[in-house]
Amino acid sequence: MKWTRKHLIGLEDLSAEEITHILDTAETFREVSTRSIKKVPALQGRTVVNMFFEPSTRTNLSFSVAARRLSADTLAFSKAGTSVSKGETMVDTAKNIEAMGVDIMVLRHTAAGAPRLLAQNVGCSVVNAGDGQHEHPTQALLDLATIRQVRGKIDGLKVGIVGDISHSRVARSNIWGLTKLGAKVMVVGPATMIPPEIERLGVEVCHDMDKATAECDVLNMLRIQFERQSGGNPFPSIREYTRMFGLTQERIDRFKRHDLTVMHPGPVNRGIELAPEVADGPQSVILKQVENGVAIRMAVLYLVAGAAEQSRESS
Amino acid sequence: MNNLLITGAHVIDPSQSLDGPADILIINGKIEFVGSAEEAKSKAPDNLKEIDAKGLIATPGLIDIHVHFREPGMSEEETVASGSAAAVAGGFTSVACMPNTDPALDSEADMNFITREAKKANLAWVFPVGAITNRREGKELAEMGNMSRGGAVGFSDDGSAVPTAGLLRRAMTYAKMLDKPILEHCEDHTLAGDGAMNEGFVSTILGLPGIPAEAEEVIVARDLALARLTGCRLHLQHLSTIGSVEMVRRAKSEGIAVTAEVCPHHLVLSEEDVRGYDPNYKVNPPLRTASDIEACLQGLKDGTLDVIASDHAPHLDDEKELEFGNAPCGMIGLETTLGVLLTHLVHTGKITLKELIAPMTCNPSDVLRLNRGRLEKGLQGDVTLINPELEWTVDPAKFRSKSRNCPFNGKTLKGRAVATIVGGKVVYRAE
Repeated sequence: MKWTRKHLIGLEDLSAEEITHILDTAETFREVSTRSIKKVPALQGRTVVNMFFEPSTRTNLSFSVAARRLSADTLAFSKAGTSVSKGETMVDTAKNIEAMGVDIMVLRHTAAGAPRLLAQNVGCSVVNAGDGQHEHPTQALLDLATIRQVRGKIDGLKVGIVGDISHSRVARSNIWGLTKLGAKVMVVGPATMIPPEIERLGVEVCHDMDKATAECDVLNMLRIQFERQSGGNPFPSIREYTRMFGLTQERIDRFKRHDLTVMHPGPVNRGIELAPEVADGPQSVILKQVENGVAIRMAVLYLVAGAAEQSRESS
Repeated sequence: MNNLLITGAHVIDPSQSLDGPADILIINGKIEFVGSAEEAKSKAPDNLKEIDAKGLIATPGLIDIHVHFREPGMSEEETVASGSAAAVAGGFTSVACMPNTDPALDSEADMNFITREAKKANLAWVFPVGAITNRREGKELAEMGNMSRGGAVGFSDDGSAVPTAGLLRRAMTYAKMLDKPILEHCEDHTLAGDGAMNEGFVSTILGLPGIPAEAEEVIVARDLALARLTGCRLHLQHLSTIGSVEMVRRAKSEGIAVTAEVCPHHLVLSEEDVRGYDPNYKVNPPLRTASDIEACLQGLKDGTLDVIASDHAPHLDDEKELEFGNAPCGMIGLETTLGVLLTHLVHTGKITLKELIAPMTCNPSDVLRLNRGRLEKGLQGDVTLINPELEWTVDPAKFRSKSRNCPFNGKTLKGRAVATIVGGKVVYRAE
C-alpha cells in the first residue's frame, strides 16, 4: 500500500491495513539494529526534534536512536510541566523550533489533543509520543509488533490490559490497534480505574485477575502511575492492589498458563503490578518490546517523512 | 426627547399574549402605547421620529441575566462598555453581570462601580449581581444588605457553588429577608475534579478527564431542599442535564420558589463537538449528550426552564489557543445567542418564536424583578427589532466584544436583531 499520512496522531485514525503496513515496515528495520553498523541513509539530511513537555526516558531515547539509525539529525527539547497562559505556549515554542528547519516533531505532552493542536499550527510532520491520557500510538504499535513476533498472529488472540485504564494512553491506543487487527480485548482493574462506557469500544471489562489469567493469551501489565492520581488513590492500598491485580508466578502456575505472554510498557513497579520473577521469567517479552520500539519508531519516522515528501512534490 | 414610533412590525410580547401587527409608541423613553396604527398616530406628538419596521418582528428588549463583563481585573477580555456594546449588537437591552471578577464584586461600592460604568457606556441596562460570600471564597457572608442598597438584583458566587449546605442556608435566609434571589452555579467540585468535558464515552475516547452529570445534580438536589427550608427564591444557573431538569420540574410542582436557566450552547451543541479538541467548545457546565439537549429543550417548552441566558464568558485568544485541558472554560454569546437559537430551534420547528421570546424577555425580568421585558405602558421603552430571515455569517473580526472565543465563528446563521432600542433611543442598527 501507499502511505499517505504526514502525521501520526493516534491509532483511532488508522485502518487495519495502515497498522499492518507499519508493522511490516518495522520488520524490515528490525534487521538494521542487528548489524554491526546500525545505520541506513533513509533520512539523511532530515532533522527530527524530540519535544518533550513531560519527563520520559525510554520513549525519548527510543525515538532518538530510531532517528539516528535512519541517519537523521536529531535535536531534543524538554520542558517539565506545561505552558500556561503566562509565558510561552507550546505552539509558540514549536513555531520557533520549526523556524530552525525541522522535518519531524516528536511530541510528548501532558495535555490530551496537544499533537493535533501542533499539527494544525506547523508545516512539518508531527508524531505523537504520548498525549495526556489520550493516545500513545508508537507504544501500542510496538506492543502489536511484539505480539505478532512472539505469537505469530494477532487476529483471534485474547489480550488482557491490566491496571489503571482510566489514566492510560497506552491502554487506549492498544484497544484501537488490537480490536482493528481482530484481537479480543479484556480490560482488567479495580472499578475505580475503568473509564465510563469503555465497553462501547468493543472490550470486555473484568475485575477478576484470576479470570484474566485463565482466559487471556497475552497480559499487558500497565504501570500503576502514582503521580497521575488526583484526589487520592483510587484503591485502598498497594498491598490490596497487588493481591487482587498483581501478576505473580503463583497465579500463572495455578492456572497452568505457561503459554501466557507477559508484557509491560515499563518502567515496572517490581512487586506491585508485576512480580520480579515474572518480569524476568521466560514468559516476559519486556525487552523484546523495547527492541521493537526502535524498529517501530524507525518505520513511523520513515513513513511520515515519505508522505511529507510526496505532498511537497505534488503541491 | 426619546420619542419614537415604530410602525409596521409584527409584535410578539408573550407576557401579554401579543402576537400580531401593531405599532409601538414611545414617549419620553417610556412605552406609551402598543396597538393599531391609527390609534398610535393619534396619540403621537408632531415631528416624531419614526422607524419603519415592516417585515420585522418587534419584541420587548431582550434580557440576558448571565454575563461576565470582567471588570474589574480582566479588562483586556471585556469591560462594562465593550460588553454593553456586544449586548445591544445582539439585541439585548438589559443584562445582569456576574461578580466573579478580580477582585470579586462583593461590596456596595462595587455595585456602584458597575452602575457608573454602564451609565458612561450608555448603551444597555447593566444590573450587577453581588457575591454571596466575601471574595467569593465560600467562607462568610458578604454585605448583601449594603449591596442591595447599591443596586444588586441578586446574589451569586457564580463560578463556584456555595460549598457547604450550612453556609448556603444562612445566605438564603438572609437573602429572603432582603427579598433578593440567590443564583447558584451548580457544581460539586469534588465530583467535577479537574474535569474538562462531559464524562462518558467521548471523554473516555479523548482521554480527557470527565465531569459527570451528577456533579451538577447533587448540588441542584441540595439547593432545592434548602429553598424549601428557607423559602428564599432560588435561581439555578446554566442547567445542563436530564436529572436537573427533572428535579426542577418536580420542585416547581411542589411549590418551591425556584427558577432555572439554560444556555444556548446547551440547547444546540453536544459533547460530540469536543472531538476536535477545539477549546472554544470548552465550557462549564460541559456540553452534554443528545439526550440532555432533548431534556433541556423539553424543559424550555414546558416552562421548567424559565430563562435562556448566554453565560457570555470572554477569554483572550492566547488562553483559548492552549491545549484543551489547559484552556479556560467559557464562550462568548451575546452577539450570537439570538441567531443561533433562531437558526437551530425556531427555523427547525423545535420551538416557536413565542416560546423563544418569553425566556428572553418577561421571564428573566421576573427572576430578578427588573420591571422590564414587557411592552406595557409606563415601562422602559426597550424594544428589539428582529429580522428572522436574514442570513449572516459570524465573523469574529466584527464582534463588539473584546474577545472572540465563540464556537460559532464562521458559521452561517439565519435571523438576527437589526435594531436595538433602549429607553426610546436607537442604540444599535445592523449595517
